[in-house]
Amino acid sequence: MIPAAFDYEVAESVEHAIELLGSTEDPKLLAGGHSLLPFMKFRLARPATLIDIGRISGLSGVSDGGEHLAIGALTRHHDLNHDPLVKEHCPLLAYAAGLVGDSQVRHRGTIGGSLAHGDSAADLPTIALTLDAEIVVRGPDRERTIAATDFFRGFYETALEPNEAIVEVRVPKTGAAGWSYIKFRRRALDWATVGIATVVEAGNGTIESARIGLTNMGQTPLRAAATEQALAGAARDRVAEATARADEGTEPPSDVSASSDFRRHLCRVLTARAVEEALSR
Amino acid sequence: MRRIAITVNGARRELEVEPRQLLVYALREQLGRPGRTSAATRPRAAPAPSTSTASRSSPAPCSRSRPWRERERSHGTAEQTGKFVGTSQLRKEDPELITGRGGYVDNVTLPGMLWVGVVRSPYAHATIGSIDVSAALELEGVIAASTGADLEFAAPLVLAWPINGEVKNPPHYPLTKDKARYVGDPVAVVVAESRAIAKDALELVEVDWQPLPAVTDIKAALEPDAPIVHEEFGTNNAGSWIMERDSPAPRRGPSAPFFDDPDLVTIKEEHYLARLIPNAMEPRGVVVDPNVSMGEYTVISSTQIPHILRTTLAITCGIPEAKLRVVAPDVGGGFGSKLEIYPEDAICLALAQKLNRPIKWIEERSENYVASLHGRESYQQIELAATREGVLKAVRVNLTVSMGAYLRLLTPGIPMLGAWLYHGPYECEGYDFQYTNVFTNTTFTDAYRGAGRPEATYAIERAMDTLARELDMDPVELRRKNFIATERFPNYTIASGLTVDSANYHGTLDKCLEVLDYEAIRAEQKERRERGDRKLLGVGFSTWIEMCGLAPSRVLAALNYIAGGWDAATIEIMPTGTVRALTGVSPHGQGSATVFAQVLADQLGVEYDDVDVVHGDTGTVPFGMDTYGSRGVSVGGVALFKAGEKLIAKARTLAAYELECAEEDLEFEGGNFTVKGTDRSANIKALGFNSWTAHNLPDGMEPGLSATHLYDPPNFSWPNGAHCCVLEIDQETGSIDILRYIAVDDCGVQLNPMLVQGQVHGGVAQGIAEALFEEAIYDAEGNLTTGTMTNYLVPGAPELPSFEIHDTVTPSPTNPMGVKGIGEAGTIASPPAVINAVVDALSHLGVRNVERPATPERVWNAIQEATR
Repeated sequence: MIPAAFDYEVAESVEHAIELLGSTEDPKLLAGGHSLLPFMKFRLARPATLIDIGRISGLSGVSDGGEHLAIGALTRHHDLNHDPLVKEHCPLLAYAAGLVGDSQVRHRGTIGGSLAHGDSAADLPTIALTLDAEIVVRGPDRERTIAATDFFRGFYETALEPNEAIVEVRVPKTGAAGWSYIKFRRRALDWATVGIATVVEAGNGTIESARIGLTNMGQTPLRAAATEQALAGAARDRVAEATARADEGTEPPSDVSASSDFRRHLCRVLTARAVEEALSR
Repeated sequence: MRRIAITVNGARRELEVEPRQLLVYALREQLGRPGRTSAATRPRAAPAPSTSTASRSSPAPCSRSRPWRERERSHGTAEQTGKFVGTSQLRKEDPELITGRGGYVDNVTLPGMLWVGVVRSPYAHATIGSIDVSAALELEGVIAASTGADLEFAAPLVLAWPINGEVKNPPHYPLTKDKARYVGDPVAVVVAESRAIAKDALELVEVDWQPLPAVTDIKAALEPDAPIVHEEFGTNNAGSWIMERDSPAPRRGPSAPFFDDPDLVTIKEEHYLARLIPNAMEPRGVVVDPNVSMGEYTVISSTQIPHILRTTLAITCGIPEAKLRVVAPDVGGGFGSKLEIYPEDAICLALAQKLNRPIKWIEERSENYVASLHGRESYQQIELAATREGVLKAVRVNLTVSMGAYLRLLTPGIPMLGAWLYHGPYECEGYDFQYTNVFTNTTFTDAYRGAGRPEATYAIERAMDTLARELDMDPVELRRKNFIATERFPNYTIASGLTVDSANYHGTLDKCLEVLDYEAIRAEQKERRERGDRKLLGVGFSTWIEMCGLAPSRVLAALNYIAGGWDAATIEIMPTGTVRALTGVSPHGQGSATVFAQVLADQLGVEYDDVDVVHGDTGTVPFGMDTYGSRGVSVGGVALFKAGEKLIAKARTLAAYELECAEEDLEFEGGNFTVKGTDRSANIKALGFNSWTAHNLPDGMEPGLSATHLYDPPNFSWPNGAHCCVLEIDQETGSIDILRYIAVDDCGVQLNPMLVQGQVHGGVAQGIAEALFEEAIYDAEGNLTTGTMTNYLVPGAPELPSFEIHDTVTPSPTNPMGVKGIGEAGTIASPPAVINAVVDALSHLGVRNVERPATPERVWNAIQEATR
């Protein structure tokens, strides 16, 4: 539980952090540290330099951007869970943030850190994907916005360049849409064996649109595209049929929590439940 | 007499005292205790409402006459309480622990201390070509590095239980020289100025590994072409133990005739018990402080067994026991994982000897998962023969048990701790039991909480449910029908051949059913099934017995166990009237210091706060046999009580001398020897002071008021209980939610009900973990795939229900306190209760078994297979 030796730098500002990313050897940004530090303690990650961005002011908090919420990269899970704006306009995000890890993790972990880590078993990447969030990143000479659908590239791999930092996450408001997040896990503090996030808009007897995000069903967070398509415009009583395809296109892992096949089964069963739950909201 | 004036808490008092009593104790006795809260006035934890004082025969109020000393020596009558005994005193141990002032091994820092890092095999089975430590030695701050070739030991690590002549015990040296036999096998060490440098240096040690095929599965290891863990034996079979041949106690009869009887119903089943990792909250650690010029060494180790560690280290390291002092400081749990002699203990001692500097090693959690002992792992085959009416006639058991890569302190004997228990609390006529031990390329196994007894309870309690289903009987009715009758006790020789001290099996089950409302649950189960509810209800029972308090030395001898089962205590009245009690047991979380103080306070008639209990230091306490197997109270506590009796006897002689009367004329009550029919008395504290000054003792009496007793119990103690689990299963996902867990346990007289309940809580939690969550899994190459706490699933409070803890009290006739053990009850009882409930929930679908841990996937698969 002792990491390999590393240098430690404190970034005074976003600009400073980006400058340090360019000027130090093999750097890694440190925010809440609750994913990075365990990796380092197991010596699975060995950054030569840690750049602590935790003291940069102005990078945390939630503001109303009109059609979306602008969430600072350093906003902690606990704060997302309790923020009145998030609870009102993106209740799925508020709810899911309350299910991350345990209380200590939620008080330290940040949304930017969780997305940058890009763990397909983590909750917030799936939520960002489901909500069609945009991730604002800053590099040495530009700021760019990456859609969540383009952000997660592979196993712990994102579209972030080595000299870029996430500064903000923009999450479109979900208005009156129904939502749900079912996190199936063996223990309360575990990662999801399978997680299903939904945002469903429905009218009289008909589902207008459904967004369905899947946690831990592949190398990245995924959308259940086939089920989404089957549900769009479908009658409410077609949920079972549509969600029977929820695992289409996924390649879930096998591990001690569940085999790949059982994950597929859970995915189908839980997606049906999640859509029904969203419809009941 | 002298008249003095003193001020206490602002109030001036005058009193007459004897000059020789002008000491703190006298003032405290007569004036109360300035600045302290007396135990007598401290608010005590109220008896929890769930504690079944109702099940005891006498009303709750404590008797001050301490009938537990004169109580009837048969079960179920006397209420054994005193002023302190039987009350839920808060733990003496806790103030420092909960304020962060505890002293664990890792709190020890000595001048000039060096840190050890252990190079471990990344392969389950690999020949060691060469080991190059030169790069590690070049790292700044690295002081030394050693391999098995240059760190010499006088003898291999000790095996204390070579069960019979068949046992195959390979020499197990702290650093393996020829080949590694499990992932984690120590092959070299680095010594550095800090823990971090040691850790970095480990990566610089280059070992030329030549990997070999590995075998991790017990049955595969017995195949003819299996890789051989120890070539010298030519087999992985480490030997068998067969009751008919090896047991010192004749069983009632052979089982074969019953299984050949066509009129009897027979069932046969096999269960795989997963391998478990003990997970003490504090991993292991060792500090060795050498005094090389004197050849003396102090070993501070996070151990359950300082005395056994001293003796075995003396053998392995070739240092005289008299020159070795072993200290078990605050120890953060053991569960058997610290009932062990580990390579690191000997390595640190050898390094301290070699380098003449204090040496420290602290185990990391992920290191703990491969380097500290594992538990359980066996295939259990059990057969029952019974009449159509449900009368059990015979039990036949055959186990195949994983040893892991080596035999450690007790490894081959662990299954024997269950040998006499596979017919549970039931009568039968034929009984056979045998087991075969097998080496595999995995971490060695050894005692884990319950050791042998959870395995036995699991087999018989699962099989009884299967038999009930076969006979279309209610599982409760079948159990009742076969219980050993209460009238048989005390001291009834059961079918397996040992003698059970006392029990009331019907009583504990009655209590359990009274709390449960069985009929309502069966009705709801039926209703849910009929309406096709997604969540199915299941109820499972476990009526368990065990033998603990290891125990009579002669019996242990007959089992080929190399040590005794006695323990020791010394009690001393100090000049100021406080009591110092030294015990040979070595508690590591149990609260023995609390319970022992309660016993002595009542016995000697002093206050609870006046008693201090010292343990865990071979330089201070009498030679004892340490803490494991639920023996703290039933052996160590009884030793203490008997030392108390000796001390009182000496005090009585002195009191008779001072009061100028015959000893028979004295009554001892509340700390005072009173001449019958008079108001003339002598207090035990004053007698202690007088013994210390020795100014006026009878001719020939030794100064000092102290006594020592070494107690060897005449029998094991035999607790029992009835547990019940009610759970629901989501049949679409296989996930399980425990709704209720009822534990009714009978551990004889309870000295501190709060601590009894604490033991049951922790034990049940560990047992539920075993049933539903925990499983150490090796892949085919021998890698531990559950090597961290993220994938070895230790459950926490959110996963567990609020336990309903109840009791019955059937005193043991074996010891004068009427006590039995309780430390392992929960882990022994609970796994079959949970799995029986799982199978019960799914039985209408045709499910007959779910391997444990019953993960959602296993449950779901079982449903699919049954309904396919």
